[in-house]
Amino acid sequence: MSEASDVTQSFEQNIAAEEKIEPKDWMPEGYRKNLIRQMSQHAHSEVIGMQPEGNWLSRAPTLERKCVLLAKIQDEAGHGLYLYSATETLGATREELVEALHDGRAKYASIFNYPSLTWADIGAIGWLVDGAAIVNQISLQRTSYGPYARAMVRICKEESFHQRQGYQIMLTLAAGSPAQQAMAQDALDRWWWPSLMMFGPHDQASANSAQSMVWKIKRQSNDDLRQKFVDQTVPQAEVLGLQIPDPDLRWNETRGHYDFGPIDWQEFERVISGHGPCNRQRLAHHKQAHDNGAWVREAAQAYAEKYPEAPQ
Amino acid sequence: MTSTSPAPLYEVFVRGRRGLDHVHVGSLHAHSTEQALEYARETYIRRGEGASIWVVLSGHIHASQESDVEAFYDPMDDKPYRHATHYVLPDGVDNM
Repeated sequence: MSEASDVTQSFEQNIAAEEKIEPKDWMPEGYRKNLIRQMSQHAHSEVIGMQPEGNWLSRAPTLERKCVLLAKIQDEAGHGLYLYSATETLGATREELVEALHDGRAKYASIFNYPSLTWADIGAIGWLVDGAAIVNQISLQRTSYGPYARAMVRICKEESFHQRQGYQIMLTLAAGSPAQQAMAQDALDRWWWPSLMMFGPHDQASANSAQSMVWKIKRQSNDDLRQKFVDQTVPQAEVLGLQIPDPDLRWNETRGHYDFGPIDWQEFERVISGHGPCNRQRLAHHKQAHDNGAWVREAAQAYAEKYPEAPQ
Repeated sequence: MTSTSPAPLYEVFVRGRRGLDHVHVGSLHAHSTEQALEYARETYIRRGEGASIWVVLSGHIHASQESDVEAFYDPMDDKPYRHATHYVLPDGVDNM
């Protein structure tokens, strides 16, 4: 047997046996490329996701809320770093990944292109956006690439704090004055559909899904994960006494799941291709922050060159 | 624009609490070991997950190749007598 088919076979066997693929293992070029695309997109989402929340740091209603939000945003930066470092094990450099984000080749979660208009949006983002992310990330703990799976385990541990702090903001507003209740309802109205879009296109329309499922990069389909999110979130909305903005939403006894209305895929396409409310602002801000940090990187390098550490 | 080159890569190991092993948790870029330790603290132990951190330049880690696995581990396969289960205990002897 040739060496090439030997390594292919060992890769296929590992995948079939639910063994993880590790950085130094042979892997098909498509597997590597697919992972770099998905993991870097995931990393960029964590980092860009800091912006809509950072928008409310200076206006959080109490000092405690401010501390909580600051801690959550720091977690997002940490999650970005876990994922960048896991992506780098595939041979991509941090500089290449950031460059791909800046020139538009790499995407990030489309939902962060929506603005956070009120304090209730911080509640809705934690409850819905992080809630949807958790459903996806729990599934990805079983992804076939070892460093990605381990990063997911670490992230999931921290993520439930994010969802709970958001839900607590919603609970407080929903139990507040009519104006606060209206603010909570308005946030749910605006964030519900984009949250469902976070799971990506329907299975039959998803460009990368089929091969990713075969390679066990993805473990559950977009539609299955979306259904799971809807099923677990509807009762939470009922506890809040808020209305999910979907006239077709109802329990389906036969399926044992909630039915829900059609998703506006045209809007999804529009936002993901760069024409959402905040796309340009998000990228411009990231570039600016990166450029503004250049002097720190230069100073650190100059210092390291001037005072080299003793060889170990 | 900048002319900086990427900072060196470090691997990070964390000991969850006294008495446990250090476990690899990920990697990061830093310009010095001191900076690597500070970044590791901010990145990997924000909730008291660790009592101790090791950072090691990635290039200083030398790993066995999995393709060499036979040469490394074969000698173990023909020594079943190293395992306790190799020895059958007589009835009446429960725990040993």
